[in-house]
Amino acid sequence: MRQPYIGFLLPAAFLVCGLFLIPIGQLIILSFDGFTEPSLRWYAQILETGSIQRILWTTFRIVTITTLIAVLLGYAVAFAMAHMGPRQRLLLLLCVLVPFWLSVLVRALAWLILLRNNGIVNETLLATGLIGAPLPLVRNEFGVIIGMVHYLVPYAVFPIFATMQNMDGRLMMAARSVGASPLRTFIDVYLPVTLPAVFGAGLLVFVFGLGFFVTPAILGGGRVVMLSEYVSISVLQTLRWGLAASLSVVLLVATLALLWIVSKVVGVRRLLGNA
Amino acid sequence: MELKGWPRYAIFTLAWTVALFLLLPGLVAIPVAFNDSRFIALPTNGLSLRHFETLFTSGGWLASIGDSVGVALASTAIAVSFGTLCAVGLWRVTPWLAGVVAALLLAPMIFPPIVSALALYRAWVAIGIYDTWIGVVLAHAILAIPYVIITVTTSLSLLDGRLEQAARSLGASPLRTLVDIIIPNIRTGIATAAVFAFIVSWDEIVVTMFVSSRAVYTLPRRMWDGIRENVDPTVAAVAAVLIAITAIGVLIAVASSWRRGGAKAS
Repeated sequence: MRQPYIGFLLPAAFLVCGLFLIPIGQLIILSFDGFTEPSLRWYAQILETGSIQRILWTTFRIVTITTLIAVLLGYAVAFAMAHMGPRQRLLLLLCVLVPFWLSVLVRALAWLILLRNNGIVNETLLATGLIGAPLPLVRNEFGVIIGMVHYLVPYAVFPIFATMQNMDGRLMMAARSVGASPLRTFIDVYLPVTLPAVFGAGLLVFVFGLGFFVTPAILGGGRVVMLSEYVSISVLQTLRWGLAASLSVVLLVATLALLWIVSKVVGVRRLLGNA
Repeated sequence: MELKGWPRYAIFTLAWTVALFLLLPGLVAIPVAFNDSRFIALPTNGLSLRHFETLFTSGGWLASIGDSVGVALASTAIAVSFGTLCAVGLWRVTPWLAGVVAALLLAPMIFPPIVSALALYRAWVAIGIYDTWIGVVLAHAILAIPYVIITVTTSLSLLDGRLEQAARSLGASPLRTLVDIIIPNIRTGIATAAVFAFIVSWDEIVVTMFVSSRAVYTLPRRMWDGIRENVDPTVAAVAAVLIAITAIGVLIAVASSWRRGGAKAS
């Protein structure tokens, strides 16, 4: 036997293929209305229905804004971490790691406690007299974006920091020694070298954000509905399985296409290995 | 790259502000858990442990903690045994086959949770394991297997392949080589994988909501209902406990990797 270890693959392969990938396949078939009379009517409905288009647009807009903010903040944290003493770096790393590992429900709950009308932020502002009425901080896009940025910043920090740490410091020394100012060195040398990691981290954050369910459902409070929550409503409340299945396929295809781009840019193994 | 003067202060201030933003929710959730009213709010009149008392004495919350621990232990056992076996297989089979199998088996980690949830819901109803223990355990095991494969594969990449060849050339079967040679050498990796698998199951909410209803009612599920219905201040006590466990866990992990790093350097 030339492949004595091939049997080792079977239990996991059987479990994942039989009980995960085949059900996914069935969901895809369902989105085309089954084998016997396949049709594209659910996909046509996505293209024709204004309310679904609004959901897709809202999702895209929120995820784009979230990604831009998360990557910007993540870059700043990674940059600071790469230029700190070891003790300070460890402390900053802990500040990123603890929230990273914290349950998504706990985080959403905490933001709800902070941001709702009778929440801590509004009560404090009212007490100091800075505002006369509570600010609408949650159950809108603002609240969803805050919660999502909070979830996604660590996913941006880790790959960007890894790249910064592996950089050859002599590059910057060379630039400085031929007379470039610190700002020029940053713009012409440091930034281009870290840009692939920034792009990769951004795409990864975007992909995660597209599929978000818990944070938008809790902080959007039913008023901001993103794609995942809409899919769940289609199944649980309006019982439109065909529509839910076709929207799932759209979400899945978008996710896989973006991850394929990530793997071309940085190598998906490295990014996933860091998470 | 050197960083000094005002850019240094600006960047460091921004970074610590972000750190504060990341810590803030955890920091506010803890005092909220000690408030003495029946609403979720900061304590105003005094501190009380009543929400913790409810958490640890009410049958519902304890049952959910029990469900979560049970499901997490069972799914971890399946995910770690199947995943470790698979990672070792991937390490030794021809690269093209390993590539194909790895791509397929990483899918549960990559696919959006809602897509997995819908697919599993339909399948579980069809084969009659909807809202059963075995159904939730299998769903969590499937979601955790990719994490086990990645962690154990990383561990194996540090292992000298000649060890396995030596054992095989002396006549050991693949299974015997696995038990006597490979597993003892990657046990740290397997332990790490088990921790990941446990956490995946313990935190899982979206798929769980679709494959279970009342017979299996995990802690995240009960928290979700507690938050959505906005009535149960016990959630704040759960949050505080989870924050404490997370912080302690991260500190232990960082401290042990710090120690390992120090031992390597000396």
